[in-house]
Amino acid sequence: MAAARSALVDGLTGWGIYVVGFVPAVASFWLGATGGLGADPVRAFEQTLGLWALRFLILTLAITPLRQLAGINLLRFRRALGLLAFWYAAMHFTVYLTLDRGLLWDTILPDIARRPFITLGFSAFVLLIPLAVTSNRLSIRRLGKNWRRLHWLIYVAVALAAVHYLLATKVVDPGQAAHVGLIVLLLGYRLMRPLLPRRRPA
Amino acid sequence: TMPLKTVPSRYKVDEPLTSREDVTTYNNFYEFGADKADPSQNSGKFKPRPWTITVDGLVGKPQTFDVDKLIADIPIEERIYRMRCVEAWSMVIPWNGFPLKALLDKVEPLGSAKYVAFETVVRPEEMPGQSGYFQPMPWPYVEGLRLDEAMHPLTILAVGLYGETLPNQNGAPIRLVVPWKYGFKGIKSIVRVSLVETQPPNSWNSLQGSEYGFYANVNPEVDHPRWSQATERRIGESGFFGSGRRPTLMFNGYADEVASLYAGMDLRANY
Repeated sequence: MAAARSALVDGLTGWGIYVVGFVPAVASFWLGATGGLGADPVRAFEQTLGLWALRFLILTLAITPLRQLAGINLLRFRRALGLLAFWYAAMHFTVYLTLDRGLLWDTILPDIARRPFITLGFSAFVLLIPLAVTSNRLSIRRLGKNWRRLHWLIYVAVALAAVHYLLATKVVDPGQAAHVGLIVLLLGYRLMRPLLPRRRPA
Repeated sequence: TMPLKTVPSRYKVDEPLTSREDVTTYNNFYEFGADKADPSQNSGKFKPRPWTITVDGLVGKPQTFDVDKLIADIPIEERIYRMRCVEAWSMVIPWNGFPLKALLDKVEPLGSAKYVAFETVVRPEEMPGQSGYFQPMPWPYVEGLRLDEAMHPLTILAVGLYGETLPNQNGAPIRLVVPWKYGFKGIKSIVRVSLVETQPPNSWNSLQGSEYGFYANVNPEVDHPRWSQATERRIGESGFFGSGRRPTLMFNGYADEVASLYAGMDLRANY
């Protein structure tokens, strides 16, 4: 009975994360469509989507250290956070293709192929696709051990996304430094973990 | 800002003007912060008057000029120019100003002068981007032009826009406008202009030489290493939907007037 109620609460919270998670995108779109995003609304909307993709990646990566270091177990929300990161990356890329570059493929394709800034961002998005596709129980069961190995790709994706974000501006600003600093910490934790004293799983 | 008395000029592009609102709230002026909205929000304490500008170096008559006297002495023209930022957005701005040549003629450049060096004011107490822990670049901001570029009739010192003196965020009280070059060449709030013999440093080139050159001529065929320069987004055009993207023109559309300045030069090497 208690277990069933807890599952229900978790289920509702899971859906709640999706609903809340899409608020920045909806709010920014609404502002953009009604003239509230300043002189270059497309750029502002595009950057907001990219930034939130990065933020959801950071939250996804924070679940494990929170559990291991602080004993806070939010594992049940990780899938929703990871999928939000994917959807934001997909929206960011779609806005780049449409509102920003106007689907002018003869300039878009060379940029994706040749410009490291764009190539890195595109690669990060592509790496998230198999992770999103396999983020269901069936895939976890079918892939077995390989599921974990496949999902290590998130480390590569977040590293690429961080460099892409740093390359987006002419000089690094404090906001960028803070986000990328968090990513460095979260990836560094994974590298250092084998060296840390092992905690017994609770 | 105060109204300016201006005379028309033949230099005007026949394209819709970018709104005054957009021209004065979407700015790169790192002395007031790195965000586009920072300059309009953080420049309230800046005092652009009284103001003097010193012109020295390899000249017969080095002088310090009061900006308001210059405005009274030299006819202020309206120049409607395209402005193309290296970040691939653009505007059409009705500047008010006078040819840089009019100022340089007053100091009588010597034959040995080959370049012109410019310097922005340093006032950390009035310019928040110049103080604090996070400063994106060394101050003062500096820029430079070859003497023939500086003497070109299209090159102006702007003292106003939309018929009024320059707002602080646009480089009050006096700034450079070189319409065939990327916007970062348009150094703002100028305190010193020096005639020199060798190519002077320019801030963005010193910071990231592989991405920002000395010439910085608008050129759709020479890309920024991180993005294409073939197209640009015109600020305020078509708004949110419909990208407002248009092809970027060679020398920002001023090729007829300025291409001869670079005859025989490799524009890929001299970007």
